[in-house]
Amino acid sequence: MAETHSLQDLRQAAVASKVFVQRDYTSGTICRFQTKFPAELESRIDKQQFEETIQTLNNLYAEAEKLGGRSYLEGCLACLTAYTIFLCMETHYEKVLKKIAKYIQEQNEKIYAPLGLLLTDPIERGLRVLEITIFEDRSIGSR
Amino acid sequence: MMKKREYQQIDPQALVTSRPTPPSRPLPEQKAKQVRRKWEVFRGKNRFYCDGRIIVGRQSGVLPLTLGLILVTSGLFFIFDCPFLVKHLTGFIPAIGGVLFVFVIISLLHTSFTDPGILPRATPEEAADIEKQIDNPDGSSSSYRPPPRTKEIVINQQVVKLKYCFTCKIFRPPRTSHCSLCDNCVERFDHHCPWVGNCVGKRNYRFFYTFIVSLSLLTAFIFGCVTTHLALRSQGGNGLVFALQESPASALELVVCFFSVWSILGLSGFHTYLIAANLTTNEDIKGSFSAKSGNEDVGNPYSYNSIIKNCCSVLCGPMPPSLIDRRGFVPSDDSVQTSPVETELPAAKNDINMCTEGTKGLLETASRSPLLTSSCPQAKPQAVLSVLDPLPEFSSSPASHPPKVTGGRPSSNPPHKHHSHHRSNGKHAISHSHNPANKSSSPRPLQSYKGHKDSKNKDVKFKSVH
Repeated sequence: MAETHSLQDLRQAAVASKVFVQRDYTSGTICRFQTKFPAELESRIDKQQFEETIQTLNNLYAEAEKLGGRSYLEGCLACLTAYTIFLCMETHYEKVLKKIAKYIQEQNEKIYAPLGLLLTDPIERGLRVLEITIFEDRSIGSR
Repeated sequence: MMKKREYQQIDPQALVTSRPTPPSRPLPEQKAKQVRRKWEVFRGKNRFYCDGRIIVGRQSGVLPLTLGLILVTSGLFFIFDCPFLVKHLTGFIPAIGGVLFVFVIISLLHTSFTDPGILPRATPEEAADIEKQIDNPDGSSSSYRPPPRTKEIVINQQVVKLKYCFTCKIFRPPRTSHCSLCDNCVERFDHHCPWVGNCVGKRNYRFFYTFIVSLSLLTAFIFGCVTTHLALRSQGGNGLVFALQESPASALELVVCFFSVWSILGLSGFHTYLIAANLTTNEDIKGSFSAKSGNEDVGNPYSYNSIIKNCCSVLCGPMPPSLIDRRGFVPSDDSVQTSPVETELPAAKNDINMCTEGTKGLLETASRSPLLTSSCPQAKPQAVLSVLDPLPEFSSSPASHPPKVTGGRPSSNPPHKHHSHHRSNGKHAISHSHNPANKSSSPRPLQSYKGHKDSKNKDVKFKSVH
C-alpha cells in the first residue's frame, strides 16, 4: 500500500465515475440491494468483500423492517397515544438507520477509501440506490 | 450594417467597464444562499410550513372544511347536548366524546401534515445511469419518442411490471404511484384525499385509517347522544318540535351526523377490507390483483395470506422514515457532482440557475409568494407542534425563491385518476372525489357537505366485506 487515500484525500480527488447498485424487489417491497457485482468495480475491489458489505446492509435493513414483537408493541403504543409518541420518541427504524450510517462510514474508512471508492448512504438517495463513487486512482498500486 | 459598426465601437468599452463587477457580485450572494434546507428546493408541488416540519399537498383545499365541520359539530355537541345528558344520564358522555374528538383531530392533523412516503427524484447521475441501462438492450432505436419503459420482476412467483416515471426519472418500486396533484411518486400509494389535503401512502396510511375509524365512531356517538337528548326532552309530554325549539343546535348536529355517518362508516369498512387483504385503493380500483376471467394466476403478491398478519403489518408495522429529508441542508460542495442546468437537490451552486430553470416553477413562485409568506402564521398545527421562526429565508431572498415549494395553478380542478374513490360496480362505492360542484359552493360549507353526501346516498350502500 504505497499510497492510500483517506476520506479527506478523496474530497480533492477527481470523480471518474459512479456506479449504482439498484434495489432488489424480488422479495417484495422490503429494502434490499442487489448483490450482483458491478463490472466497473472489478479492478478495484474484491468481489467477496463487496458482497459481504451488501449482505450486511441488507441484513440491517431487514432488521429495521422486521415485523416482530417489538414493532407491534411500538405500533400499538403509538396508536393508543394517538401517534403523539412519534413526536418525542425515536422509532426503531430510525435507530437502525443510524447503525447503518455508522457501518457505512466504518466501511468507507477502513476498506473503500483506501481503494479510491466511496459508498453513499442509500438514505441520502431515498433508499433507491447504493451509490458508489469511483475516484481517479492516482496512486501506484493502491492495494 | 451600420448597426454592426456601432456595436463594435461600443463593445470594447463595455467590456472593460463591466468586467470587474460580475465576478465580485455573485460570490457574496452565493455564500449567503449556501445555507438552505432541502425543503426549499423540493421539486414536487407540496407546501411546507414551519421550516419544513410540516408538509401538505398542493392545495389544502377542503381540509379547512373538514376541520371546520368536525370542530363545529363537536363544539355544538359539548356546549348544548352534554350539559343535559350529564344531568340526566352520566358524566361519561362528554368524557368519551372528548377522547374520540381528540383522536379525530390528532389523527387528521397527522394525516395531513405527514410525508406520505414521497420518493425523492433521481439525481442526474442516477438518471443517466438508468437511461444507459435502458438504451443498451434496445440497440438502435430510430424513433425519438421513447417507448413506455417497463421492467418486469418476479415477486413471490408472480410477474410484476415496474414502470418508469418520466417526471422523477426512476423506475417506480412496486406499489408506488405518481400523484399528479402533488407531482411526486409516493410509496404504497393509496389515493389522494382532498378532505385531508394530502396523499395517503405508506407513511400516513395508519393515521388516515385511525382518522376515519375514530371519526365514524365520533359521528355515530354524537348521533346517538343527540337522538337520546331529543328523545328525553320530548318525553316530557311536549313533543319533538318543542324539544327541537329548545335545542336548535341538536337539529344541526343531527343532520350533519346523519349524512356523514353512512359515508364515513362505509369508508372505514372499505379500508378495513383493504387492510385485511393488504391492498391499496389504487390497486383495488385498477383491479391489479383481482381474478379476471381466464387469469387465475393473478393474486396479491404482497399479502401474507393471513388477515391478522396483514392488519398488523399495515397498522402496527415499523414506521419508515421520511425519505425526502426536508430539514436537511442542501450540500454546498458540488465539486463532486457535475450536474446539468436542470438541477437536482444536491447542486446548491445552481441556485441561481434554478431560478431560470423551470418557467413553470418561476411563474408559480411569482404568483404564490405573498400567499406563502403569510401562510405559516395561519397554520393551525402550531398549537400541536413546536413553532420555529417562520420562513426567514423567504423574505430575505425573493429573487431566488425556490420554485417548487409553492402550490400549483389555483384555478385547475381536474378530476384525477388517483382522486376518485368512486366505483360503479356492486361493491361499496364511496365517492371520495373532489366534485367541482362542491368546490364552487364551498362558501356554504354545510350545503356542499350535504350535496356531497347526497351523491353518496345515491350510490350503492355498503355491502358486507366480501
